[in-house]
Amino acid sequence: MSLRFQRLLLIFLSLIFLTASIFLILFNSKKNLIFFYTPSELLNSKTQINDTIRIGGIVKKDSLKNIEDNKYVFIIHDNNNYVRVSYTGILPDLFREEQGVVVQGKLIKIDNIKAERVFAKHDENYMPTSIKKQLEKNKYWNKSYQ
Amino acid sequence: MKFLINPNRFIKFSDLVFKPLICLSAIFLLIGIVFAFFLSPNDYQQGATVRIMYIHVPAAWIAVLTFLIMTLYSIIGLAFKINFSFIINSAIAPIGAIFTLICIVTGSLWGKPMWGTWWVWDARLTSVAILFLLYLIIIFLKNSITNINVSEKITAVLIIVGSINLPIIKFSVDWWNTLHQPASISKLSSPSIDPSMLRPLVIMTIALMLLAIVIGIIRIKAEILKRKLR
Repeated sequence: MSLRFQRLLLIFLSLIFLTASIFLILFNSKKNLIFFYTPSELLNSKTQINDTIRIGGIVKKDSLKNIEDNKYVFIIHDNNNYVRVSYTGILPDLFREEQGVVVQGKLIKIDNIKAERVFAKHDENYMPTSIKKQLEKNKYWNKSYQ
Repeated sequence: MKFLINPNRFIKFSDLVFKPLICLSAIFLLIGIVFAFFLSPNDYQQGATVRIMYIHVPAAWIAVLTFLIMTLYSIIGLAFKINFSFIINSAIAPIGAIFTLICIVTGSLWGKPMWGTWWVWDARLTSVAILFLLYLIIIFLKNSITNINVSEKITAVLIIVGSINLPIIKFSVDWWNTLHQPASISKLSSPSIDPSMLRPLVIMTIALMLLAIVIGIIRIKAEILKRKLR
């Protein structure tokens, strides 16, 4: 085996071992790497009451209520479980019912969080305004687009 | 393909393609800007803010691709002792750094109105921030060691080690819950992006890639000449 291929082999071997070690670290610290829990993941996690956490899910239809100026309550769910959210502040542009959202705040009860910050989550679908109108007109508008 | 590993052949080849490349990139950039600003529709949710995507996504792709090219050149440079690959590495690292910066800045300009925040530490954003730091370290490491033979090799090793970050960037949105949306185009099912929006995105990607290649050729040629003078 020539010297250059020994060097090449050495590089690839070290790259493989490095990658393996990094990925072992990453997947064993998965809990700390995820940006938010879904409501179902929250139930299975070891989160305590009064912990500051982030929860992500879909804003339930007709659940958003504006109690007073800039004070909102709403429910986020993931089809199986749900969490009630109360929030004081300005909601982002993309915040809508039946849309993805991530809230950050203190867990008051196991299904109740007092949010300090609300992030709207955008999905990977991009569509012109005109097509949405057309789809709605033709009753082809599928909720899963949102 | 000898021009990819031989400096003299590279200069010959690049002289041949340089002017056509400049013309092409100018044409594509012009068409791309017209499409991005005037001939593409507003998004059904984001409105006109969607147009930031036409610069953000190509910049991100170029940032990652540049690092991938540097990785390949580092491997063959170290294994086969091809000095030209170190020339390329030091020439194109700043290009990758600038495109990463463009990607981060446009991303946070989009994030403020859409997500409601400039920056969050989710897996995608953090891994891209690490990519930017890696680029900076590569640029400064090369200049901080006076013995050029040593500094080139150390830089190449750092590039190979840093390349582990690339798959993490790509798949971070699939492996972990992130605020950043998952990929629209490179997913297995059909792209979830309307053709009228895909068109400006593709044209802008070609335009910016051509632009990056043009800048790359200039920088690589300057680096070759600089080393010949030494």
